[in-house]
Amino acid sequence: MNQTTHPRSPKRRRMLQAAAGSAALSTIGFPAIVRGQASTLNVGVLLPVSGVQAFIGQSCKYGADVAPAVLAEMGYGSNIRLIHADTETNVDVARSRAEKLINDGAQVLVGPFDSGAAAAIAQVAEQKGVPFVINIAAAPQITEQGYKFTFRNFPTSPELVRNGLALMRDLFQATSTAPRTAVFMHVNDTFGQANRKAIDAILPRLDFLPFKVVDTISYDPATKDLSVEVAKAKSANPDFLMVVSRLNDAILLRREMVKQRWNPMGVISPGSPGMYEAQFYNALGKLSEYCISNVPWYDPKAALTRRIEAQMAKQFPKEKLMFHALNVGYTFEAILVAADAFKRAKTADPKALAEAIRQTDIKERMMLGGPIKFNAKGQVEGNQSAAIQNLNLRPTVVLPASAAESKPVFPVPEYKRA
Amino acid sequence: MRALFAGLPPRALVVLVIVAALLLGAPLMVDAYVLSVLILCLYFAYTGQAWNIMMGFAGQLSLGHSLYVGLGAYAAAALFVHFSVNPWLGALAAIAICTAAGLVIGFLAFRFGIAGVYFAILTIAFSEFTRIGFDHWTWLGGSGGFFLPVKERGVTDLATLRGPPVMFYYAILALTVGALALSRLLLASRLGYYWRAIREDEEAAQALGIDTFRYKMIAVGLSAAMTSLAGVFFAFYYNNLFPEQIFSMGRSIEIILGPIIGGLGTLAGPIVGAFVLTPLADGITEIMQLLGIDTPGVKQVFYGVCLLLVVVFLPHGIWPAIARRLGFAPH
Amino acid sequence: MPLPLDLVANVVVAGLLAGLVYGLAALGLSVIFGVVRVVNFAHGEMMTAAMYLAIVLVGLTGLDPLVAAVPVGAILFVFGYALQRGLINPFVTRPEHTQFMLLVAIAIILVNVQLMVFGPNARNVQVDYALDSFEIGPLIVDKVRVYAAAAAVLAAASLFAFFRRTLVGKSIRACADNYLGAQVVGLNVKRLYALTFGIGAACVGAAGCMLLLLVDVTPVQGPAYTLLAFIIVIVGGMGSLTGALAAGVIIGMSEALAGLLIAPSAKSMVTFAILILVLLFRPQGLLGRAG
Repeated sequence: MNQTTHPRSPKRRRMLQAAAGSAALSTIGFPAIVRGQASTLNVGVLLPVSGVQAFIGQSCKYGADVAPAVLAEMGYGSNIRLIHADTETNVDVARSRAEKLINDGAQVLVGPFDSGAAAAIAQVAEQKGVPFVINIAAAPQITEQGYKFTFRNFPTSPELVRNGLALMRDLFQATSTAPRTAVFMHVNDTFGQANRKAIDAILPRLDFLPFKVVDTISYDPATKDLSVEVAKAKSANPDFLMVVSRLNDAILLRREMVKQRWNPMGVISPGSPGMYEAQFYNALGKLSEYCISNVPWYDPKAALTRRIEAQMAKQFPKEKLMFHALNVGYTFEAILVAADAFKRAKTADPKALAEAIRQTDIKERMMLGGPIKFNAKGQVEGNQSAAIQNLNLRPTVVLPASAAESKPVFPVPEYKRA
Repeated sequence: MRALFAGLPPRALVVLVIVAALLLGAPLMVDAYVLSVLILCLYFAYTGQAWNIMMGFAGQLSLGHSLYVGLGAYAAAALFVHFSVNPWLGALAAIAICTAAGLVIGFLAFRFGIAGVYFAILTIAFSEFTRIGFDHWTWLGGSGGFFLPVKERGVTDLATLRGPPVMFYYAILALTVGALALSRLLLASRLGYYWRAIREDEEAAQALGIDTFRYKMIAVGLSAAMTSLAGVFFAFYYNNLFPEQIFSMGRSIEIILGPIIGGLGTLAGPIVGAFVLTPLADGITEIMQLLGIDTPGVKQVFYGVCLLLVVVFLPHGIWPAIARRLGFAPH
Repeated sequence: MPLPLDLVANVVVAGLLAGLVYGLAALGLSVIFGVVRVVNFAHGEMMTAAMYLAIVLVGLTGLDPLVAAVPVGAILFVFGYALQRGLINPFVTRPEHTQFMLLVAIAIILVNVQLMVFGPNARNVQVDYALDSFEIGPLIVDKVRVYAAAAAVLAAASLFAFFRRTLVGKSIRACADNYLGAQVVGLNVKRLYALTFGIGAACVGAAGCMLLLLVDVTPVQGPAYTLLAFIIVIVGGMGSLTGALAAGVIIGMSEALAGLLIAPSAKSMVTFAILILVLLFRPQGLLGRAG
């Protein structure tokens, strides 16, 4: 059962906040009293903690919950207040919750994991002139629609794919292999299609990859049965399997592969969740070994990573950072961006904050990549991916070599050349 | 115009005037959050009215109404993005497409004698079929979503429906009032009488010589056409469309909650239902926050319990119960 | 590109076996609708509840999920009986939309209670033979699928025998055939309805246990199962037990073939197309009685 309350969070403070919020609601037309206090930064955190994406939303929430303590340690002061809101994996709710948060005095919004909700919240943020820092959402259009108050510290799907494919090249070089064929399987939802589009566009133009995609198989995200898809993939006899999936279908997929006795050189994801998450290991045990995901990740050697890990151990002793890496990391960094802007702007006025965010240049960060710096469209360029291989039932960074915890294993031991 | 208000007791007229005044002046009195909730209320009131015509008046249970919302939304959005057609003209295309879709479904169903639960499942099948189809239609973004370009803040352009929420508020208010007026006129007309006859006992109606097929088709087509405008509104208010969201069964259920809880077949039912349910959902969230309960799912359980209570104790919906209390003649 | 035969054979067999389990799940719905005439839109949510129950039971006792089907079925029976007797009975004679609303409310409550209690992460059971398969020539057949399918057939057969051979079963069929007549003859219709709902729920419970061998469960999967069950029941014919099984197999195989021949992500479209065609041209279902 997920922990939804923890020793650190004073329920009373939450109740006072809520009381202030509903007082604001009931005095219709009067601006919320909380707004305008320059000494406190109210960060509205929008996440899907219920509904279809509940497990991801709850995962991201850990990143938010550890933020205030870590930020205080880092010297950003202790007057950063989080106001949580549940988007319920529903666009209507996301929109009205965003409005409510701004009403209750949030000067910056953070979230919401889902691209559809992000687009809805972005509009509210634009209307109200309140900065919105997206933690995770890959649809490229969000930063292409022309919003001035929306910022995203997460790679777009073309970036994800480019980084992912480059890591594949590094992988083949590091293991002295050169697979010639691959089957690409992807989940047919927003995320999967965005990735497929990116791969279709980018892959043919790269000359540093030795393989060709011989078949592309897309499957329904709600599917309970991948036997047909895997059978199809197996019959094309590729050297390895490239996959873009979510958690549940990744588990189904791996099981089917074992059931159908298919052992390609490896399973590599150019950039998708699933294979490095706790549930994957729990469900598959030893069978989860050797799967590789090329995803944005935290730098295991960074000081900030250590701090977050320590704080998580204190507040959520049952959870380990490595199983929530992305969700916690990017959610934390989104709040970090807000706190950093607050420090520089010396005011919590939303418009000033937005201006300060545009000038962000944070070098000491947790996730792999260049500094957190937003371009003209509000997008951070330079977020890097790492190759995460499942070794010894935990996600292990194997590439890039500078951040690696272990050497990559490819092809997998069960692979027998046909 | 006279026909709209004929037969209303003076008390009802007074209430109507007060409500109208409140709604017209709302943007000046409430903050942005409450305004966004009001927009949602009106949106569901409007779609509920549209659905009510098919179910409440003509007795055909449609559980796939999100089909029309989605088709209307995509039609107008596609014309806007790909051909720079403004949404007012796009709305005409949306109406045409949705009416055609509705008539096709109606024709297939009625010619083949499908009714009741079977008809309901048929509507779900069409809606789901379309959802998966759109998931694969790359020209409209597929499952990756279809995005409309947005303008800068502060720009209000009625022609292309770009602007602040206040603009959208008045747009959906106008739509809802229009739907209400239309329903009133229809209900009091001969068409309305035929519909009610069909709803009560279709065989008897046929025996009386009423062309049930024709009138059922009109109900379906009209309902579809009206719902398409909700889709157009949705597309331009949210500026992004995803098939799995807009064609989903969850949305279809949301549409019918208002009319059934408010009072099926009545004029005020869908509106009352929408204005009770939408704030109820938000209200429960607020109460949960006040009590410090943040376990995910609690809010929805309470919401489900509220629905259950209304269904069990007020089988005809909230409005008929209130109307009787207030002394209005029930429709 | 001609498809290799062994690929097609494997896919069809897998579809057939899965279809049998879906058929069992739909059986519960068919029984309920065929007799009580209530449209159980909380069907899928009851199934996920059963799956969670099975997980708890298996965790506590170490039973095999297929064996756990018996106690889980029993618990669901009691739940179904109580639900029908306590809440749903007055709605039997009310219009469909009211029934629908009632069950939607129940479904919402069920889903979110499951979310509250079990959290959002997917849960499953681990059995030793989970990843074994039988090799029969070119066919590689999944062991769990075979066991689950066998259990489904067994359950369906027992249900069939119940309705044909026992007095209670025959009384229930009498209620379905002729409500007024049954009352005239002195049958306690209310009790029989509750019994039927309980039996339907028990079917769902058993099917859930079998399905647990194949998939993981999350609280939000309910609606998808409800829709699938409805499609199978309509295609097979409301109230026809063999129809539900047969339709389950048909849907299972056609989806599998569709996945092979067209894009797998579109295979549900074939299912909906079949549904639409059946509704139009044979609305009583393939094995249902006309009228």
